[in-house]
This record gives sequence, structure tokens and C-alpha cells, in this order.
Amino acid sequence: MSEKTKARVVDILLLAMIIVPFVLAIALKVVNKPVEEGISITGAMVYLTIPMPLQDMYITESQVNSAAVIIALLGLCLYLTHGIAVVPNSKRQVVAEWIVEKVNGLVSDNMGKRFMGFAPFVAAILGLSAFSSLSSMLGLFPPTSDMNIVAGWAILVFILITHYKLKGGVWPYIKGFFEPIPVFMPFNVIGEFATPVSMSFRHYGNVLSGVVIATLVAHALQAVSKMLFGWLPGILGSFPFLRIGIPAVLSIYFDIFSGCMQAFIFAMLTMLYIATGAPAED
Amino acid sequence: MIELAIGIILAGCAIGAGLALIAGIGPGIGEGNAVAKACEAIGRQPESRGSVTSTMIMGCAIAETTGLYGLVIGILLIFVAPNLLINAFKNGLLWAKENGFI
Repeated sequence: MSEKTKARVVDILLLAMIIVPFVLAIALKVVNKPVEEGISITGAMVYLTIPMPLQDMYITESQVNSAAVIIALLGLCLYLTHGIAVVPNSKRQVVAEWIVEKVNGLVSDNMGKRFMGFAPFVAAILGLSAFSSLSSMLGLFPPTSDMNIVAGWAILVFILITHYKLKGGVWPYIKGFFEPIPVFMPFNVIGEFATPVSMSFRHYGNVLSGVVIATLVAHALQAVSKMLFGWLPGILGSFPFLRIGIPAVLSIYFDIFSGCMQAFIFAMLTMLYIATGAPAED
Repeated sequence: MIELAIGIILAGCAIGAGLALIAGIGPGIGEGNAVAKACEAIGRQPESRGSVTSTMIMGCAIAETTGLYGLVIGILLIFVAPNLLINAFKNGLLWAKENGFI
């Protein structure tokens, strides 16, 4: 086998790594989804329950979907950087370099040069969040419309912020709660814990509102098309014609714009909070 | 008796959800102000259109947070709270009957 054939086989495997997780997630959803009539807005489906001593562990749809997104993103990264050369000889290397340059520029603009080590982390948060929200375009339950997933990221960011605040010393950190006057202590503590809560609520609420509105509009369109085309004979009468295409208009705003916007804002706030939490440079 | 209690629970949840969405007024006014100021800024300096627009969208998305708090509370009150409260009420009734309070 020549070098070129080998490279092609690896390429095809990596492309499969991007596509197969989503196909499996969709198949799992189709198999598990109960047949239902009418409007149902529920949380994530529970696929599996593992008995545990204190609390049963649930493997939910959102966990499975976010795992699929993670594997697909890993596949995408490997695909973009496969066959990388000093002089770019393929389109995908140009794309990969563009992404890296953009994220590096974003981090150095917002956090400063000394935080350049955060660029991969910020890129990971951006990509994970954006692709999780965009996965609802495939008909999957978007993982970001589950509070647990986003709260996990927000807690991770909160730990990072606290770590960087503690770098300036434990005593200044504790003293920071008693400023400007000691009476403000409870408010400062609440404000500290409001950071992860507001970050996760913002992201989750935005995506969830899109899901709820899309479901309501889809069912309303079904009812309207039943009213207008109910006189058609046979299966044509019960076929929801108006549901073809029209909900996609909403999807442009709620899935694409809102999803990418929230990913950007989550990454932006992560950078700002970490950069302002860190002690000033000497 | 129990139907009346469940009815009151459902009515309370629905009214509460409606009241929670009053929180949408604040972000509406705030985002309106932000967009108005952005329009003024672009009118004064048309060449700064790109940066003003991106900053405005970012600010709007952050200002939306308070409205989203209301939305989350409303969604919880409609989809989660009724079942929770009705189950709690039934369990409480069962407990009271077992212990001879009623």
C-alpha cells in the first residue's frame, strides 16, 4: 500500500469517527423514544439506571449526546490536523490554522499574553458548546438544554476562577469578601456563588427556550394544517404539510444564532472572569 | 376535597409562572436602550459599525440573563412543580391519615 492510500484510509476512518457517534445517538433515540400524541415537553430521556448505594445513577440522553459530540469533535480535530505540513498543502490545514489563529487572537485580546496557555481550553469550551447546541439540528436532544451539563462546565470554570484568585494568597482572598465594608460580606459570598449559577442559567435557558418554542410552533403548525388540509382523502388528510420547512426559519435564530452566540459568551465570560480573578502582574 | 387541593396547586403554579415572566420587561427595556445607543453611535461614527454591533450583541445577550432567570422559573413551575407538589401533598395526606390527625 502506498503512502497516499494509507492517508486516504486514515481520512475515511476519521470522517467515520465524526459521523458515526451522531448516527448512533440518533438510532438510540429512535429506539428508545415512546410513541406519543400531543405536546410533550420533557427533560432528557433516561436510557439506563445504574443502582448505587446513595442515589441511583442515571445515564441520560444528554450525557450520551454530549459524549457523541466530544468524540465527533476529537475526530474533527484529528481530521483537520492529519497530514499537516510546514507549507500548507491542503485546505483543511488552512482551516485548522485559521481556527488556531482566531482563538489565539481572542485570548490575547481579552486575557493578555501571559494567559496564552488558556487558548486550548477556551477553544475546547467554544467548540463543545457550539457543537452541542448545533446538534439539535440533527433532531437530537441538545445537551446544553440540560442544566446538568452546563452546570458541570460552569463549576469547572468556577474552580479555575477560585484557583487563580487564591494564587494571590489566601488572606487577600478572604479579605476580598469584607470589602468595601465588613457588612457587605454576605452579599459578596452570594455574588461569588452567583457566577456559576448565572453562567449556567444563561446558557441553559437560552437553548431550552429555543427547544420549547420550536416544539410549541411545530404542534401549532400541525393543528393548523389539520384544519386546512383535513378534507384531503386518506393519509394526506393527517399529513402535517405546514410542518415542512416552516419550523426551520425559527431554527436559524434559536439553533444557529443563539447556540453560537451563547458558546461565544460562555467562552468570553470564562476568559474575563479568570483574567480579572488572577492577581495583577508585577 | 383532594381534587380541590390539586386544582389549587395547579392554579398556583400557573399564576406563579405567569408572574415569573414579568421578568421579561426588564431585559426588553434594557436591550431596547442598548440598541438605541448603538444606533446613535453608528450614526455618529459609521466607520465603527462592526465593533459597535458586536459589542452590542454581546451586551444584549448578557442583559438577557435576568429575563432567562424568569423563564427558567416559569418552566420549572409549569413542568416540574405540579407533579412534585401533588406527590408531596398526597404523601402528606397519607402520613396524616396513618397517624390519626384526620
